[in-house]
Amino acid sequence: MSEEQEKKDKPEEAPAVDPEREAKLKAAAEARAARQAAKEKAEAEAAEAASPEPKPPSPKQPQPDRLVALVRQAAGDDAIMESYLNELNGDMPTLVIHNKHWRSIASMLKEHDELRFNYLRNVSGVDYETHMEVVYHMISLESKQEAAIKVRTERDAASVYSATPVWATANWNEREIYDLLGIDFPGHPDLRRIMMPDDWVGHPLRKDYEPLDSEV
Amino acid sequence: MIRTEELLLNVGPQHPSTHGVFRIVVKLDGEVITEATPVMGYLHRGTEKIAENLNFTQIIPYTDRMDYVSAMTNNYVLVHAVETMMGLEIPLRAEFMRLIVMEMQRVASHLVWWGTYLLDIGAMSPFLYAFRDREIIIDLFNELCGARLTYNYMRVGGVKWDAPPGWMDKVRDFIPYMEKKLQEYDKLVSGNEIFLARIKGIGQYDAATAIDYGLSGANLRCTGVDWDLRKAEPYSLYDRFEFDVPLGTRGDCYDRYRIRLEEIKQSLRILKQAVEQFPQGGETMGKVPRAIRPPAGEVYVRIESPRGEIGCHIVSKGKAEPYRLKFRRPSFVNLQLLPKLLVGETMTNLITILGGVDIVVGEVDC
Repeated sequence: MSEEQEKKDKPEEAPAVDPEREAKLKAAAEARAARQAAKEKAEAEAAEAASPEPKPPSPKQPQPDRLVALVRQAAGDDAIMESYLNELNGDMPTLVIHNKHWRSIASMLKEHDELRFNYLRNVSGVDYETHMEVVYHMISLESKQEAAIKVRTERDAASVYSATPVWATANWNEREIYDLLGIDFPGHPDLRRIMMPDDWVGHPLRKDYEPLDSEV
Repeated sequence: MIRTEELLLNVGPQHPSTHGVFRIVVKLDGEVITEATPVMGYLHRGTEKIAENLNFTQIIPYTDRMDYVSAMTNNYVLVHAVETMMGLEIPLRAEFMRLIVMEMQRVASHLVWWGTYLLDIGAMSPFLYAFRDREIIIDLFNELCGARLTYNYMRVGGVKWDAPPGWMDKVRDFIPYMEKKLQEYDKLVSGNEIFLARIKGIGQYDAATAIDYGLSGANLRCTGVDWDLRKAEPYSLYDRFEFDVPLGTRGDCYDRYRIRLEEIKQSLRILKQAVEQFPQGGETMGKVPRAIRPPAGEVYVRIESPRGEIGCHIVSKGKAEPYRLKFRRPSFVNLQLLPKLLVGETMTNLITILGGVDIVVGEVDC
């Protein structure tokens, strides 16, 4: 019975709603058009702003420029493989260097009067499958100048000069990297495993590591 | 003629004063330590390896279990790193919630340290007082997110739960209560002659050593180095609040003790301002894409945890899982100086110095 009633009611109600609905549709269409226009305008403005100058240089630009110059001076022109500002990380000056230059660069970074990176905050190792990298994040507590130095090495017989003689804090960090990634650190005073048992086979954080028991 | 020889003594991994499963092998000449070798890894769970197969939201609970005394700050360092990579904007209310729980966590964490440190040294009752007050904070956290220690509270883009009705009032009431209690504890313990004799001038080092060894937190500031990341490199909303960074001068266990007590006071000061300025309305989650995929690249972010600089280094290849995730754990780094500090000390001072470093083994081993 109620169904019948509904059927009856519907045709009566529908025309009553229509003008309101039409008004709504019209308003929506207008809003859409306005949005479209605004979007086009914004895009045009953005394109205009972007075209003459692709990107304003970072205010931090002089810092890495000077860093690059000093590193070149210390280790030769071919020492730096790449240098850039890491935009994701608040324009952190980042240098990629090859291992063979690392020993001379490390002590320069700490001792040079303009840099004085006296605080090594983090050391991490990364297995890129084609090569390995050890990343040193450092900061000068006096000038608050920061840098990330990425030391690249081959994947087979990976080896990076130890930074422990320069920053004592690198000691355990490098031991951890040796343990988990199998990177050798010549010059390290006490290179042993630190997390895994001494008789462990393999280096777990390598991308091609196969666990002994895959069920675990 | 009495024949003497050096004794090799094993301390831990199960020993109440090692605060977990930390082990140290000491070589003794009579009562004096001639060599100390820490042995770690008993709590190594391979968090960094596990994380490579998880998406970022799934990693958050794992961070709870690193420094389980201060899970909120661990939560924050991970979500903060991802947010930095993705350039996300966090709603003000969510950021306030985060800051409030982080500072409450700092108070709770320092209370645990205070209680257990005195327990190590031989004072039984302060431990009970400290844990009674910490319980209030933990109950508040429990009310907020349903967990006492492993909160899993923060998310990329905000926080999981808004404060339930009346919660903020309870936090507001807690601040004067804790301030009063703190004074009481200070009177109760800090002037005790026996206690002072045990910690004054013990485990001393200078600023140059602290910086060289990359120490952070109270371990660095006890030497007078003014380096608190909340001030030095402000993150979250810390630049909105007034607070002081307590510093030491001598770099001994006593300075570290004073700094941690003072930090509780400063945290309460921040909390008081934060509760006052807490926005009435607003969202607790920002606009976050359905799939959290940070752009390819890498980022290293750091914050001040109760133990020092905790950092998160993410290498992303644009996928939902990190290509490499590395945590810079303050306990692990701060512990490095220990073998050097212990040489020439007595066995009793081993406990005093180790306790003064304030380690959490879940974080040392990760």
